[in-house]
Amino acid sequence: MAKVPVQFTLNGAEKAEFIDSGTTLLHALRDKIGDTSPKGGCHQGTCGACSVIIDGELRLSCLTLAEACNGATITTTSGLSEGGVLHPLQRAFLDAFATQCGFCTPGMIMAAKVLLDHTPNPSREDVVEALSGNICRCTGYEPIIQAVLTAARSNSQNAA
Amino acid sequence: MTLALQTFATVKDAGAALKAAGACYLGGGTLVVRAANEGDVSISGFVRSTEPALSAVAVSDNEVRIGASVTMAAIARHPDLAPLAHAARVVGGPAIRNMATVGGNLFAPTPYGDFTVALLALDATVSTGDGELPIETFLAKRESNDAIVTAVGFTLPKEGGFRFLKVSRVKPKGVSVLSIATVLEQAPDGTVSSARVAFGCMADRPIRARAAEKALIGRKLTADGIAPALAVARDGISPPTDPIASAWYRNEVLPVHLGRLLLA
Ligand SMILES: Cc1cc2nc3c(=O)[nH]c(=O)nc-3n(C[C@H](O)[C@H](O)[C@H](O)COP(=O)(O)OP(=O)(O)OC[C@H]3O[C@@H](n4cnc5c(N)ncnc54)[C@H](O)[C@@H]3O)c2cc1C
Ligand code: FES
Ligand code: FES
Repeated sequence: MAKVPVQFTLNGAEKAEFIDSGTTLLHALRDKIGDTSPKGGCHQGTCGACSVIIDGELRLSCLTLAEACNGATITTTSGLSEGGVLHPLQRAFLDAFATQCGFCTPGMIMAAKVLLDHTPNPSREDVVEALSGNICRCTGYEPIIQAVLTAARSNSQNAA
Repeated sequence: MTLALQTFATVKDAGAALKAAGACYLGGGTLVVRAANEGDVSISGFVRSTEPALSAVAVSDNEVRIGASVTMAAIARHPDLAPLAHAARVVGGPAIRNMATVGGNLFAPTPYGDFTVALLALDATVSTGDGELPIETFLAKRESNDAIVTAVGFTLPKEGGFRFLKVSRVKPKGVSVLSIATVLEQAPDGTVSSARVAFGCMADRPIRARAAEKALIGRKLTADGIAPALAVARDGISPPTDPIASAWYRNEVLPVHLGRLLLA
């Protein structure tokens, strides 16, 4: 199969790759570029483990073709920490025991990040709605909801 | 397995490429890329168009035109489409809504197609490269459609004239047990002067509830007034049994939910 070029900004760095036409973004990120933070849970759009942020919007990388992302700005969970310091959401997930097996965590954090980017002081309902496309089989969700609310509070305290 | 994607600047060129055997139009990809990931061998390649008109929403004098590539998220946040925001917001979770297009929703098999239920009650027209069709005619023969849908158009109902309900087990996001949309006009004394009622999950695609519509004319929206409509609500339905609900259950609860929506 003919290879096609794709080029996008991933976590602030320019990336250019040749991929098989029709490759999903999930496959391109994990197997070509080496960013394994998005997880392949279902490849059906159901679990949210593959969630990434494309041009500011939450998307499922398992259902997105990499070629459709030419020129886009993509954020994944592996791009959140700065200089070895965890992002407030990552810190809050650890502190609240919101990650157990960890498989859902990068997708949850992406969904939570988009929420907090647009709604810095979310209600509990806002958090539940924002995470509604992400499945967790371990935590029972409550610690995750609390972690997102805690991260929002710590963000607003830092901003004050 | 990977499948080639061909992107065209115009609908016309994409339409020509779509004639190739196995070519499949790519909207948001939430159904077709999923099918490809599952190994659907009937798809041999994807075709899409980036023509800007496909992503445009135009509202003037209550006439609405929504491009086929407009997503559920874009509809939900569009200030001129506020009456429809709820029907767009119940499609999938946040990521799905950022991807799922109006064009793709027209083809979504039961138990999907919630937004199409709304469009059916709105008596929308569906525009393709081959011309315009009433949505009911379009849905009846959508399997044989080989043209690109470019837009849907409809008249915004009067304030409060449009109602929509989706019933799902998982909250806040879940696949439909059923969905119902109504567009009602009432005379000053409250009697119904015109009614369109559409059901989702009551057949393999959204359907109109003609008998219930007829039974609402001249009636008031009271428990007594809507009783004849509820009595015939099941006429012509053939709901599926799937992991969400049995056909029996859908059949039983349909009049209950229709009643709640009409009395809301
Ligand atoms: C996890 C999950 C949850 C979901 N939940 C819901 C839900 O709650 N409610 C609901 O209604 N749906 C739901 N869906 C189904 C789907 O996301 C929506 O129906 C969506 O609107 C489909 O649009 P799309 O653009 O992604 O379609 P695609 O997958 O791109 O296309 C679907 C079909 O339509 C054809 N098509 C698309 N656009 C055009 C066009 N412009 N012209 C001609 N043909 C076209 C394609 O060729 C294909 O056959 C869900 C899907 C997933 C994966
Ligand atoms: S792997 Fe993409 S939603 Fe599950
Ligand atoms: S921590 Fe295991 S699936 Fe969420």
